[in-house]
Amino acid sequence: MREAPPGLQLRGDFHHAGQPLFRDISLGIEAGKWTCLVGPSGVGKSTLLRLIADLDTGGEFSGTVTAGDERPVVPRVAYMAQTDLLAPWLDVYENVVLGVRLRGEAPDRTRAERLIARVGLEPHRHKRPASLSGGMRQRAALARMLMEDRPVALLDEPFAALDARTRSEMQELAHETLRGRTVVLVTHDPAEAVRLADHIIIVSAAGLSRYEGLAGDAIRAAEATETLAMQSGLLRILRELPQ
Amino acid sequence: MKRRVIDGLLSACAALSLWQIVVWLTGVPSFILPGPVGVLRSLIDNHALIAENAGTTIVEVLLGLVLGAAIGGATALHLMISPMARRLLLPLMVFSQAIPIFALAPILTLWLGYGMISKIAVTVLMIFFPVVSTFYDGLRRTDPGLLDLARTMGATPMSTLLRLRLPAALPAFGSGLRLAAVYAPIGAVIGEWVGASKGLGYLMLLANGRGKVDLMFAALFVLAAFTVLLHASTSMAARRMASWAKETDGSGI
Ligand SMILES: Nc1ncnc2c1ncn2[C@@H]1O[C@H](COP(=O)(O)OP(=O)(O)O)[C@@H](O)[C@H]1O
Ligand SMILES: [Mg+2]
Repeated sequence: MREAPPGLQLRGDFHHAGQPLFRDISLGIEAGKWTCLVGPSGVGKSTLLRLIADLDTGGEFSGTVTAGDERPVVPRVAYMAQTDLLAPWLDVYENVVLGVRLRGEAPDRTRAERLIARVGLEPHRHKRPASLSGGMRQRAALARMLMEDRPVALLDEPFAALDARTRSEMQELAHETLRGRTVVLVTHDPAEAVRLADHIIIVSAAGLSRYEGLAGDAIRAAEATETLAMQSGLLRILRELPQ
Repeated sequence: MKRRVIDGLLSACAALSLWQIVVWLTGVPSFILPGPVGVLRSLIDNHALIAENAGTTIVEVLLGLVLGAAIGGATALHLMISPMARRLLLPLMVFSQAIPIFALAPILTLWLGYGMISKIAVTVLMIFFPVVSTFYDGLRRTDPGLLDLARTMGATPMSTLLRLRLPAALPAFGSGLRLAAVYAPIGAVIGEWVGASKGLGYLMLLANGRGKVDLMFAALFVLAAFTVLLHASTSMAARRMASWAKETDGSGI
């Protein structure tokens, strides 16, 4: 990465067709850390992420998204969703260099090959998404994100559709490869949040609140007693949220 | 593939037998409805005449198909790029589709002459709408997630169109071409009916006028066989063009 990752700040109100989803909300994201947004589905986690990336949300946002260094946010974010969003007609290599091609630049072949090897897809680089497993497709999407080399990574439940083992492998790989970037991860899984997060923010109908029970550094061992205790603490809070 | 050929041959045999049975049962004279054997005989007797006229029609159809696909494809892309074109062209296209091609063909012959050009023009007009509307539809139905991704990647609208929307729309374009392959021969024959001195349409009209119903059926059979062949090869080309798009049939439902 060429530049220091910025911290982010989102403030404002958000409405869907006149109905408020957030009011006078203030979301702070620390630079270079993993911030996890957890909360019930439909509460607006994806919307927050899409507001940061300036993507269409179907609602009206009145507020600001700013970076700690006051420079524009949007050109510095990379986005990854629950579905891999791989182009089905392109092979792994071409999907990884998609951003470069879309900007009309020439891809750095060695770097792309290195990133493909980094996520363990070297033997599959000429395969199309249809002939890859779900886990391999998310690896390809991760390599594509790394190829973009943006200091901010926005991840919207990227591992939700994977089986337990693949998910835990992907969490480790993502944590390792996105080190040093500002990462915002949306997840509905308390286990995932306590494993990966430096900060956990609980999103609920009542607004945002921080989960204070985190201790130690990510990535935490999934089966360690302390991790499990943090996980059950977080789960208790999530269950007590007003419906 | 092989299976499909066998299925095709089987259904052809069934249709031919049914035809022969109808002829036997009703005892209609051969100048009203000749049997398949009579048509086959006429096909063999007149093979040189039929081949010559079929050649003309085939050239018209192929040129019309290529030209129509190219013009239709370019129009659909243009509709994506230009809001002005959407406002002006879209209503016009629907309007033009509402005019029966039978009404236009004589005018085209008047303007473009009795030669091949007027037939190619009718063919192009015939397939223009299905090609444009299927392709344009496909271009507009790109996965919104992919477009979001392109946006965060800083893609230009033009590269999004050419590198994402266009390839994603190729299966839809393929469906348009498959339709076009069936319509194109009809277009050429209509053009020939209106005024021509060559072609299968002309031959059918001539044979009909002289009471040679068996020759008319023979020409009709050649036209239909060519259409089937054209449709099959267009399907194959379309499938190759978008080989990544999996086709599923209803057997799993
Ligand atoms: N395009 C839209 N138009 C209207 N309402 C929407 C639209 N997209 C999402 N919503 C609503 O906004 C709320 C938040 O959605 P979302 O951010 O996807 O929630 P989450 O990611 O937390 O599950 C949901 O209640 C959803 O029904
Ligand atoms: Mg969501």
